[in-house]
Amino acid sequence: MNETAKKSTIAPNGLPLVDQPAWRQDFPIDWPQDRFIARRDFTKFLALTSLPFALVQVGIGLLSWFRRYRGQPTAKAIAPLADIPVGGVHAFAYPEAHDPCLLLRPDEHTLLAFSQKCTHLGCAVTPEPERNCFFCPCHKGYFALDSGRPLTGPPRRPLPRIILETRDGVLFATGVEVHHI
Amino acid sequence: MNRPLTREQMTTFLQSILCLVGFVVLLQLWLLNATLNAWLGGDDSNLWSAAAASIVCCVANVSLLRYLNRLERPSRVPGVSR
Repeated sequence: MNETAKKSTIAPNGLPLVDQPAWRQDFPIDWPQDRFIARRDFTKFLALTSLPFALVQVGIGLLSWFRRYRGQPTAKAIAPLADIPVGGVHAFAYPEAHDPCLLLRPDEHTLLAFSQKCTHLGCAVTPEPERNCFFCPCHKGYFALDSGRPLTGPPRRPLPRIILETRDGVLFATGVEVHHI
Repeated sequence: MNRPLTREQMTTFLQSILCLVGFVVLLQLWLLNATLNAWLGGDDSNLWSAAAASIVCCVANVSLLRYLNRLERPSRVPGVSR
């Protein structure tokens, strides 16, 4: 038995060296040392995993700060108020062309506008005024028609509300109000 | 008195540190999940405090790693290679 074999320790299967497979007899190792080094390396890997987590957290903070610094998007005309019938729904895009929104006029004096993207996975919600809710057909999510808050289903965050303003008989979208949970 | 640690003691230390580091990483993962959920919901009131907590966790992990490296110094731990 050579010097390396003498220094080897009991293998994980508990059998003496002579009963081990040929590859273990050819390359005997110090098993406790092997386990120690494997755990130490795993500990180092885990500890270094902390750094990306912390960086992502700081990144979220910075992103939020930049968004706030940028302020609300510019106002955009939706349609003349007279063109929106009572009880009707008008689709528009705000603040960008790929941000679909819905404008509702449940009665003469009430105007409501929400983002059409479901806050669960971004499917388009459809208004159901007879049930007083928005419905997301992808995962059967429901939102209140008057406030956009989630009622049932997977969505947990309310629909972002579009701030509206009437200027000279024309309806404008002037900002997006993201509700807190 | 600084007695050198035996290999068994060193392994016990290592396992304790591994448990602590694992717990802290899980805590950071939970913190990130909660922060993202709140932020996407429009609540940005706790972003910086969560980021500070995550940095503290990161510093704790790096400190534990440094402590482990210090324990491993050959002058104190005969028989345990670096």
